[in-house]
Amino acid sequence: MEYFLQQLINAVTLGSIYGLIAIGYTMVYGIIGMINFAHGDVFMIGGFMSLIGFLLCAMLGISSAPLAVVLVLLLAMAFTAVFGWTIERVAYRPLRGSFRLAPLISAIGVSIALQNYVQLAQGARPKPHTSLVQGGFTLYSANGFDVRVSWLQIVIVVLTVALMAGFTLVIGRTALGRQQRACEQDMKMASLLGVNVDRTISLTFMMGAALAAVAGMMFMMYYGVIDFFVGFLAGIKAFTAAVLGGIGSLPGAILGGLLIGLIEVFWAAYFSSEYKDVAAFGVLVLVLIFRPTGLLGRPELEKV
Amino acid sequence: MSLAISGSSTGVLDWPAAFKDALVTALVAGALGLFIVGFRTADFGKGLGFEYQFVDLAIACGVIFAGRFALSCARGGTSVVTLLLGAGLLAIALLAPLPSAFLRTVSGLAGVALLVAGTWTSVRGTSAGGGRIAALSAASDVLGTRVFPWFGAALLGVAVVLPFMPFADQKVMDLGILILTYVMLGWGLNIVVGLAGLLDLGYVAFYAVGAYAYAMLSTQHGWSFWMCLPVAGMLAATFGVVLGFPVLRLRGDYLAIVTLGFGEIIRIVLLNWTDFTQGPAGIGGIPSATLFGRVFAENAPAGGQTFHEWMEIPFSANHRLIFLYFVVLALALLTNFVTHRLRRLPVGRAWEALREDEVACQALGINPTNTKLTAFAIGAMFAGFAGTFFAAKQRFVSPESFVFIESAIILAIVVLGGMGSQVGVVLASIILIGLPEWFRDLGLYRMLVFGVAMVLIMVFKPRGLISRREPTIRLETGGGP
Amino acid sequence: MTPLIEVEHLTMRFGGLTAVDDVSFTAFPGQITAIIGPNGAGKTTVFNCITGFYRPTEGRLTLRGGDREYLLERMVGFRIAARARVARTFQNIRLFAGMTVLENLLVAQHNALMRASGYTLLGVLGIGAYGRAERGAVERARAWLERVKLIGQADRPAGELPYGSQRRLEIARAMCTGPALLCLDEPAAGLNPPESAELNELLISIRDQDRVGILLIEHDMSVVMSISDRVVVLDYGRKIADGTPAEVRANPAVIRAYLGDEEAPEAAHG
Repeated sequence: MEYFLQQLINAVTLGSIYGLIAIGYTMVYGIIGMINFAHGDVFMIGGFMSLIGFLLCAMLGISSAPLAVVLVLLLAMAFTAVFGWTIERVAYRPLRGSFRLAPLISAIGVSIALQNYVQLAQGARPKPHTSLVQGGFTLYSANGFDVRVSWLQIVIVVLTVALMAGFTLVIGRTALGRQQRACEQDMKMASLLGVNVDRTISLTFMMGAALAAVAGMMFMMYYGVIDFFVGFLAGIKAFTAAVLGGIGSLPGAILGGLLIGLIEVFWAAYFSSEYKDVAAFGVLVLVLIFRPTGLLGRPELEKV
Repeated sequence: MSLAISGSSTGVLDWPAAFKDALVTALVAGALGLFIVGFRTADFGKGLGFEYQFVDLAIACGVIFAGRFALSCARGGTSVVTLLLGAGLLAIALLAPLPSAFLRTVSGLAGVALLVAGTWTSVRGTSAGGGRIAALSAASDVLGTRVFPWFGAALLGVAVVLPFMPFADQKVMDLGILILTYVMLGWGLNIVVGLAGLLDLGYVAFYAVGAYAYAMLSTQHGWSFWMCLPVAGMLAATFGVVLGFPVLRLRGDYLAIVTLGFGEIIRIVLLNWTDFTQGPAGIGGIPSATLFGRVFAENAPAGGQTFHEWMEIPFSANHRLIFLYFVVLALALLTNFVTHRLRRLPVGRAWEALREDEVACQALGINPTNTKLTAFAIGAMFAGFAGTFFAAKQRFVSPESFVFIESAIILAIVVLGGMGSQVGVVLASIILIGLPEWFRDLGLYRMLVFGVAMVLIMVFKPRGLISRREPTIRLETGGGP
Repeated sequence: MTPLIEVEHLTMRFGGLTAVDDVSFTAFPGQITAIIGPNGAGKTTVFNCITGFYRPTEGRLTLRGGDREYLLERMVGFRIAARARVARTFQNIRLFAGMTVLENLLVAQHNALMRASGYTLLGVLGIGAYGRAERGAVERARAWLERVKLIGQADRPAGELPYGSQRRLEIARAMCTGPALLCLDEPAAGLNPPESAELNELLISIRDQDRVGILLIEHDMSVVMSISDRVVVLDYGRKIADGTPAEVRANPAVIRAYLGDEEAPEAAHG
């Protein structure tokens, strides 16, 4: 029971990270109907930005953990958003109206390029980093087993909930959100009605990248290590989360992320840690077979 | 920051706008590089520290600024500036003390590209030059239709005589085998991606199935290469069907990510199922292919005969390579021949039709799932053949050889070659596999260039190097294949 | 005369929206049945239900071909085309743009050719009767190309043809499947008057020579009134009239639907 509870806490933490990445997939899919394969690598870039940010903070003598976290968060979000903007502008926008596979192939190209860019610039070795947010408290202990919650886990979950609430507000209440929803419905009509479609899509990519940067920072702090390849697996799992929750749905992305986190952590805890990645893929295939619209997604009717 | 470099507008150059555009581009590039390039994290014994590379970053931004500005000039009809800037960059690349070879290469290439762009626009600008270019492109069209059919035959001729050339040493043969293996994989994937329009990102999984099938059947059950070949192909095809069946009903991009995941699953299973696959250590001691039972070795095994004894010639290590070269050539040609046949059969036409419009196919009574499944299975089968060959050539297999990046390279070959074009795959394999092997220095930059090239091809030349599509049938001649 | 297709109480809902509401009508072999109605009346949705792109919420769709009956609402889309022999064209033309005109017509004969090629196995080996079957298919395609006046364009990519030719090619492609029922979704849209007249002749020849039943969605009233044998009028998803062109033209409900309530008296005067 104690073991179970401990794993549950770990799963929710991991699930929050996947959920934040999944939002990026789901928003982009919602608005232009493509899977942004490079999103996992944007997440990796976010992680590296945070690593460098924290090292800079240490050099500048900023020792207050909350201040450092906030500063690094803003920095990583801003600069990763530039990546999101550039990727859309260079690799996807010119391909609107090209043949069906073109944006997907272009996205794979971006993914390979980003990985190798970081590998070249930062080296292939994993980068270790001890988190500024240390410690935690024991929730309760029984049978000689402590159920612990670290402060970092609390930060991760609280930040995810806050961002989720913020983004729901942005999309539900602001002009930008209205424009996004208009583009989702009908891009041509939206542009005729004066919505700046290019700008809306760019902003969507930037928002997705900024969230991925947050996830990247959390990942880097949580595991204490990052390398140029982490985006690949995390990206696929987050995509699985987006599909599981129903691609195109924001709450679905978080729900899917939590579920994938649960599956992965419990699989590793009770079955085998070698095959935890296989479990996530297995879920993806099962979802696609039995419920391709996901848990909260709406069925799509092709217009003939 | 418009990407329409090929745009043909020859309006007057708007200097401030061009300047601003170049500045914004350089600033964005600076923002992309500021942290990732500027602060290189490195371990100095006690935790991570920085190596600063701001000079590199500044030079890179400078090159980008100059290049962007020069391209705007070319588009605005002021190609003198383009030529001057191009020459300047080239001079810097050759003469200035740049901090790294990479920057030297980049600025050199940028310089050459600008010189070409500048010359092109200035020639096209003059009326005589414009006429000449029009004549030239018309001539190349004629040349294309006349020469094109012979081009493939010429390539084949070169491939056949290559092993008998005086310069064909072990290194050349190894490279030849490597290129031909990728040609075969490219042709196999071309059926799936190029003809049927299904994006398979886990193609290497089927390659692995073939390789491990031969590795295990030969080392544990003593099967020969030629016995294993069809079995491995069938096994890979079966994997293709089992994987494809659930997902081929869905949208194309789901297929892409599921195949990507499947490729990883296969690799993880190969790594962890140690009893069966020997895990990360891999399987060694795999027998090579034989010719009518004759082995390629200096000394015959008990009761066997070696090739050189049989032929009554002195032993040479090169014989094995030449033999393997012809095996993979034959396998590749088989792939090509079958694809050629399939394109002219109803199933091949249905693949192409599905690629063009799935809804219309359904309205014509074509079963989309089954049709896609055949493409998937046949593509997988050829990957299985190639995998068997790979195991026989290397005589060792391990999960290391079957990572995602291999799938990406094969896909890049198909995309660069021109989806659906058989000759294009050959050219792309030579460019993407052959050239980097010769220019080893590129090493680390190779994959970066790969990724960028895939994006650029999609943006500027989405149909690839060879975009001609030969109709599968013509009315004048009528008749079948 | 036995009806070719019987549509009974067809209803199609999308979420809360009822696009087609309890529509029933019949169409006969060797007749042109037009389905007309203002935009958004549910005409294309009816087509999509008949051809299996949508699964109807309620209702029965019975097609009689030869001596068999097919319950279309229970069949998957491609089987409706393959077994029940229902062919269709699309409002926004859907040709295989990169393939040649002739190839488009051969893809339409896929299922027959597939059998002849021994489901690919024999074809790859080059044995069996595939060569003869393909020559037959090419002859059939040639005959249709002559009828739609595209014989000179056979080896051009379909996407390069002018708009009117693409419309005709799409009809030829549908006819190459050998249909019992041909569903045409606005075939005259975007055609100029001479092309439109040519199209009328083509449709009449398909009806009279090939004895194929045609369901026709059309906005151009002159086309509808001059060639159809029966007209079904939809408005807001409901059927408001059904009869010969003359009957429908005189029907006050139809006039109201087309001209609006206030203008109805004026139209009655005219």
